Amino acid sequence: MANKDIGFKVRKGTVHAIVGENGAGKSTLMKILYGVQRPDEGTIQIDGREVHLHSPSDAIAEGIGMVFQHFQLADNFTVLENVVLGAEKLHGIGEDARAEIRRISDDYGLDIEPDALVADLGVGARQRIEILKVLYRGAKIIILDEPTAVLVPQEVDELFDNLRELKSEGLTVLFISHKLDEVLSVADSITVIRRGTTVDTVDPSSVNARQLAELMVGAELPTPQTEESTVTDRVVLRTEDIVLAGVGTGRNVLDGISLTIHAGEVLGIAGVEGNGQAELVEVIMGMREPTSGLVFLGDTDISDWRTREIREAGVAYIPEDRQRHALLLEAPLWENRILGHQTEEPNVRGFIINAAGAKADTERIVKEYDVRTPSINVKAGSLSGGNQQKLIVGREMSHQPKVLVAAHPTRGVDVGAQSSIWDIIRQARRDGLAVLLISADLEELIGLSDTIEVILRGRLTGTFDPDTVTAEDLGAAMTGAASGPEETR
Amino acid sequence: MSTFSPRKLLLAVAAPVLALVVAFLVTSAILLLLGDPVVEVWQTILSWPKPRQLVQIVNGATVYYLSAVAVAVGFRMNLFNIGVDGQYRVAVFAGAAFAGQAWFPGPLNVLLTIVVAMVAGGLWASIAAYLKIRRGISEVISTIMLNAIATGVVQWLLLKVAVKQQGSNTISTKPIPESSQLSGLGLIPGATNKVYTLILLAVLVGVLYWFVINKTRFGFDLRATGRSESAAVASGVKVPRMVVTTMIASGALAGLIGMPLLFGQDHSYGTTFQAGLGFAGIGIALLGRNHPLGIAAAALLWSFLDVQSNALQIRAGVASEVVFIIQGVILFAVVIAYELIRRADVRLEQQRVARELSATRSDAPTPEGATA
Repeated sequence: MANKDIGFKVRKGTVHAIVGENGAGKSTLMKILYGVQRPDEGTIQIDGREVHLHSPSDAIAEGIGMVFQHFQLADNFTVLENVVLGAEKLHGIGEDARAEIRRISDDYGLDIEPDALVADLGVGARQRIEILKVLYRGAKIIILDEPTAVLVPQEVDELFDNLRELKSEGLTVLFISHKLDEVLSVADSITVIRRGTTVDTVDPSSVNARQLAELMVGAELPTPQTEESTVTDRVVLRTEDIVLAGVGTGRNVLDGISLTIHAGEVLGIAGVEGNGQAELVEVIMGMREPTSGLVFLGDTDISDWRTREIREAGVAYIPEDRQRHALLLEAPLWENRILGHQTEEPNVRGFIINAAGAKADTERIVKEYDVRTPSINVKAGSLSGGNQQKLIVGREMSHQPKVLVAAHPTRGVDVGAQSSIWDIIRQARRDGLAVLLISADLEELIGLSDTIEVILRGRLTGTFDPDTVTAEDLGAAMTGAASGPEETR
Repeated sequence: MSTFSPRKLLLAVAAPVLALVVAFLVTSAILLLLGDPVVEVWQTILSWPKPRQLVQIVNGATVYYLSAVAVAVGFRMNLFNIGVDGQYRVAVFAGAAFAGQAWFPGPLNVLLTIVVAMVAGGLWASIAAYLKIRRGISEVISTIMLNAIATGVVQWLLLKVAVKQQGSNTISTKPIPESSQLSGLGLIPGATNKVYTLILLAVLVGVLYWFVINKTRFGFDLRATGRSESAAVASGVKVPRMVVTTMIASGALAGLIGMPLLFGQDHSYGTTFQAGLGFAGIGIALLGRNHPLGIAAAALLWSFLDVQSNALQIRAGVASEVVFIIQGVILFAVVIAYELIRRADVRLEQQRVARELSATRSDAPTPEGATA
């Protein structure tokens, strides 16, 4: 049972936040509210009237709109085309629709131009289009699933202004997040879910982030805090002037990236998504051939090595998208333990897969890294995000790595898993591992890194000392703004 | 909980059984609509075959099995080799032309012919592999085109090397020497005809297929690529190389399809050589879920329907082509059923994991002393 006894009330014209660990049942709850999944028991009432939601179209008919974490927009379409797609009957696809989009945009301060091409727009604008899409379909209740995960602080502030606007127009917003400061700053009321049940509904003015987190995990709040420096002067990973040309005649995706990571050092890369971080990781991991530039592991030039050789040489890899790049969702856990280490002990003996060895070692990983699963034979896709990630981290740490390339290692995982992954990275750092940490979570970067580099449009544009930098400074550097914004929480 | 739980077995068997039932109902409905004798048709098809027909069924299944395994190798890594048909034609032609020359004595001639056929099938398939990795052309399109080209090429070459058979219009390659013909195995008592000797080849292929796919590193890489190409790349699999290797392996296996027929029955390749085997393999691989035993069962079923339908015209007065409707509906139904059952399986397992975890959690003392 994913959820039981979830109960909460949302007042009209408020922003109501739902917080909880991943795997606590937030996603299931959202699916039920949006009609994707049906509850076994219990009822949903809107304005005191019981509703039965069998499908998303039922939910839309009842005025419930959903903005997903991953945007569902066609890049090569204009805003107008994206908005009317699937809702052509409402206002047609022409002038009426355009007028309606302008009206909604003006009413709620969304600042959206109907004829702009989505491909030209930034993340913040895309999110506003998603909100506009649900408003266009007549939503009175808007559910936002982790809307700030992809935004920089400045964009988050803009989003919150939009939400306040929506609220003042009498709409109701359900805001799902596990970023507690944000929840506290924007919500009128907060419901905490833990292990599939509602723990409490609290007033944001009566709690602080720490208390809220303790409600959420039932334990103490983890904070990413580096201890004294363990940085040595032994260089483990070095890149030299990596350039990756863009498609066609566009600007370079990576433009002269030179990094040095020492044993015992965590080098954090901060940047708005899509500024070359993913490509940098792929170049280092040998999955993409750079146009020019070199990568060294210790003193060895590994620029021409293939992914498998690089991994065998001791580069552990936690990919940014675990479902697409780190797991076979339909394969059992023990086969996933083999993935990425198909040529290494204890997974193989010569050319033959050593199932017994891999299974025994999976049991060990499950135990040591606290992967919550009934068995190592269940499919990886059946586990919650946090447990999937713990399995991946456990696997990658099991081959005496020299370097860890971690892209968003705690994205979408619960607070408990997050703190244990941070602990693992810290421990590895003490043991002399060189870590390349790419993250959108600025607190994670500040808390774990020894050095932070900012990447903007494929260039490293600034080096920061995590002891002195603030999230706002980083945010400004990441967006290329001359100075940080004045207003903070 | 083991990998071989009864639940999994049940789910694995449910879909084909469901598909057979649906095929039975749909075909019956069509027969009824057209006023054909439903009862007689099913009596004919479902009657117990005579020994001679049993041999035909086994022989047919042998050929189908090889074809389906050739297709299944590609399927396991999401590579749709629709070109098995062309590959087996090219291969069997090359094999027959080689064997007919009788450069080597008896059994050695057989062995070398098999090698020649595998090389020919593999080479033909490598064209599609090359086009896919160098030019990004979908293997589905290129293999379909190559099927048509194979037909033409083989026809053209056949005319060059053919010997005219006396008293008939058919042409064929030079017959293979008697010492290299395989007379067959008398496995089924009471039958005058014999089971292809090369059924042993099919068994060997099945065992090797199972072993390579499930037990070796190569097989793991292949399955990983099939399940998630992006994850395979990140894990260090060189996907282009896998595409080439798998496509060539699939083509080489396709090269085996014609061998039982060549050595056990036709003894030459000519205009009357059985066609369409590659396409049947696609359906049989789907029905057998790419599993070595599943494919065997599917191949037997297909061959059973083929053989049993021969008597339809005489016994029920219905064209034997009605069997194509049955086979087609089975395929449709089974593909749908597999997908439904796969989704149900994923959902059930997710629920079960959540349930078992919440059960163990409430049993365990909560050290945090959390209040819910």
